[in-house]
Amino acid sequence: MDEKTPIIEVENLSKTFGLLPVLRSVNFGVARGETIVLLGQNGGGKSTLLRLLAGLSKPTAGLIRIGGWQMPKEAMEVRRQIGLVSHQSLLYGNLSARENLDFFGKLYGMAKDERAERIRVILDQVGLAKRADSLARDFSRGMQQRLSIARALLHQPEILLLDEPFTGLDQSAAERLEGLVMSAQREERTLIMTTHQLGRAPTLAGRALILSRGQIAFDGNIARMSAASLGELYAGLCGGATVA
Amino acid sequence: MKTPFRTAVLAIVSKDLRAEIRSRELLSVMAIFAFLCILVFSFALELDRVAREEAISGVLWVTLVFASLLGFNRSLAQEGDQGNLDAMLLAPVSRPAIFLGKLLSNYLFTLIVALVILPLMTVIYNSNLLRGWLIVTTVVGVFGFSSIGTLLAMMTLHTRSREAMLPIAMLPVALPLLLTAVRASTNLLNDSPTREWLVWLQLLAAVTVIYLALCWLLSGFVLEE
Repeated sequence: MDEKTPIIEVENLSKTFGLLPVLRSVNFGVARGETIVLLGQNGGGKSTLLRLLAGLSKPTAGLIRIGGWQMPKEAMEVRRQIGLVSHQSLLYGNLSARENLDFFGKLYGMAKDERAERIRVILDQVGLAKRADSLARDFSRGMQQRLSIARALLHQPEILLLDEPFTGLDQSAAERLEGLVMSAQREERTLIMTTHQLGRAPTLAGRALILSRGQIAFDGNIARMSAASLGELYAGLCGGATVA
Repeated sequence: MKTPFRTAVLAIVSKDLRAEIRSRELLSVMAIFAFLCILVFSFALELDRVAREEAISGVLWVTLVFASLLGFNRSLAQEGDQGNLDAMLLAPVSRPAIFLGKLLSNYLFTLIVALVILPLMTVIYNSNLLRGWLIVTTVVGVFGFSSIGTLLAMMTLHTRSREAMLPIAMLPVALPLLLTAVRASTNLLNDSPTREWLVWLQLLAAVTVIYLALCWLLSGFVLEE
């Protein structure tokens, strides 16, 4: 595939739950290796959009193409390319960190030796190597979030979707997580991240999409924007903003 | 490229076994409930010896069905509580493989409970339930219940009152299984001629196969949104 061809293409995407429209005619493309933050109010459709991109939900109308494959019809072809960090941990509390990763490694068809090596590397990367055999339920929220990122990166996906990854983290856990996100950027992964922390957005991404009432109200460069001006823009589009 | 079907099924079963060996959340609840159920029926029927003997197979299956309902609910709740089912659905694994993996885990746990309550009922009800064909009937019937229970537990996973929804959804659907299993067991316990219990056992096996096939086919739709 051509480097300039967007790895993610979304055309006229709509999603309705019952009679309630959550997304209305959403259009955007994401280039390979690009990082995007998705901003918007609660219930604005951010998580729904990520679930649609991950192939966990079906669009009511419109088209999603990932790496040229149409979702969700050809989702099986792109599942290996996608990693998702949800606001839920997606981990088994009764399994250790290593056992959790081993299970998901098996689901991604990784061979035993490859799995063991990859688990060692990724646990080291997220700073959980020493707690590899501790049960996930005994982890703090920050450690669970790091383990979730390890799970999402285990199979080395090209696209990483992060749904409010900073929620509930203290300052030091958030900084550690920010480091992991930046290291994923250095590895040239394509990142789409939802967040309510407007202050963090310009540091993490060059581009932002602001969803308002199920539509894209802003799609542009925020790399040179200050947190305050992004806050003003957000408040103008969505009404009311907190710059965290 | 999909992960091989067998690899995915075995991964899910071994994950469930490992988690259960560590927590004993499912088996302990199912076994204690089954034990209490048997005791309550035993006390309730104590005064009428004939009724007690005639009710044994009914008690066995009612106990198994309700204990299994607890197990199915808990087993799928473990997948839903932290969104783990989504994590499985994200993997390049066919949906029937996820269904079969969960079915085999649920079947194994329910079968263990069944194999514990058979000798227990033998002692409490003073009637030999450890008969070869009765064990076969139990093994087949539990598989049928596990198939339909696993699928319906997946369907009710995200409903608001899933603990109540599963029995409401499952009991009417599972009636043909319950009926044939009770008939086969009653005839076996009454030492009826082979042709009288065999026909019910064959019917139970047929219903189990039909239910398994239906659940297999529907699992893709149920697991997708």
